[in-house]
Amino acid sequence: MSETVAFPQDRTCPYHPPTAYDPLRGGRPLSRVTLFDGRSVWVVTGHAEARALLSDGRLSADRSNEAFPSPTKRFKGLQNRRTALLGVDDPEHNTQRRMLIPSFTLKRTAALRPAIQETVDRLIDAMVARGPSAELVNDFALPVPSMVICALLGVPYRDHEFFEGASRRLLRGPELSDVEAARDQINGYLADLIERKRTDPGEGLLDELVATRLETGETDVEELVALAAILLVAGHETTANMISLGTFTLLSHPEQLAELRADPALISVAVEELMRFLSIADGMLRVAVEDIEIGGVTIRPDDGVIFSTSVINRDAAVFEQPDALDWHRSARHHVAFGFGVHQCLGQNLARAEMEIALGTLFARLPGLRLAAEPDRIPFRPGDTIQGMIELPVAW
Amino acid sequence: MVRNMSPQRIDIKTDICIGAGQCALTAPDVFTQDDDGFSQVLPGREDGNGSPLLREAARACPVAAISIREE
Repeated sequence: MSETVAFPQDRTCPYHPPTAYDPLRGGRPLSRVTLFDGRSVWVVTGHAEARALLSDGRLSADRSNEAFPSPTKRFKGLQNRRTALLGVDDPEHNTQRRMLIPSFTLKRTAALRPAIQETVDRLIDAMVARGPSAELVNDFALPVPSMVICALLGVPYRDHEFFEGASRRLLRGPELSDVEAARDQINGYLADLIERKRTDPGEGLLDELVATRLETGETDVEELVALAAILLVAGHETTANMISLGTFTLLSHPEQLAELRADPALISVAVEELMRFLSIADGMLRVAVEDIEIGGVTIRPDDGVIFSTSVINRDAAVFEQPDALDWHRSARHHVAFGFGVHQCLGQNLARAEMEIALGTLFARLPGLRLAAEPDRIPFRPGDTIQGMIELPVAW
Repeated sequence: MVRNMSPQRIDIKTDICIGAGQCALTAPDVFTQDDDGFSQVLPGREDGNGSPLLREAARACPVAAISIREE
């Protein structure tokens, strides 16, 4: 038997799938890969098969299942914790999701646009005042989603600094003890905040949930804290990395950037194409609970299944010349936000944040350029959300 | 793109809709979301309004809640 590819692996270029995944591309829609602990699992790389499997109830997202695959040691260490929403199956997942859907509609997202614009403007003003250079991850890419999430959840502005600092430690450590301490602080903070909102309601998603779901007994404080915490994590790192890596990618593609600058109305298709091209959440996980025949193979119960979105979103059967960044293709059916019942709840908010952040950044700073050699700028390893670790820029 | 002139009939399975809003994002002249976030056909657009993006919208639904029939 030929040697299987290890998964995940680091990218060689921050905006292309790892070259080590080349054997997985263009051939069979499912292959076998080997995880860090030596376990062999399925990797899905075909677009049609990915859509079918991501909406197949015979695959489970339940992270407490002992057969659930772990891509890293770190993930395995956290696996016993219950993860709301994305780590549970229907009907529990459906009940949780339905509580949140009204806050993430296109209409509600559109209503948040002025606040997002104001946040972005203020951050760019501050960068310009300090300029003519910046470290874009800390000065821009991370604060945008952080401020948006505070506004969305209804976190009072006076707590903003605590909230942002704790979120950063939660997501970035550096030590596991930092992560655990930050998690406890955030959970404690959210529980207190929810208690305060019961007597002193404000305007925000948590206030709404307290009024319509907590007081009716439909949910409890513990579940609300878990939901708020997952929204925080899911909405933070993903959007921040799309902003940093999106900026790096645009600065590395001067032709496409010039076209976008000449026609700012392209921003929404550009964001969709960047989502496809960058596929920053590369390696969605499931475990099979029944036999599934697909793509000429049979997935058995307890088999681990990984979706390599970077490869799926470059399936040449669906996306012509998939390795080219092209505003004129239809990138709409990419699976960068997932597919099926777990498809990203915040995707419309994420689109608004990306459109406003990238559109405004390049409009306000026409001379924006990388302030270091591209191949010297550090990007994130393959076992986490893809993006830039630092992004030195000047204008 | 050519407008699809033959009347269509749109069926939304609200019980499986997850409120992702992809139909309304793709074909905003046919679909919207109600206050709970669930997909809805805009009043008077039940025939698909000749939208060239109708099938794209159905295909964009992550849970296949939308079906379209030729009348």
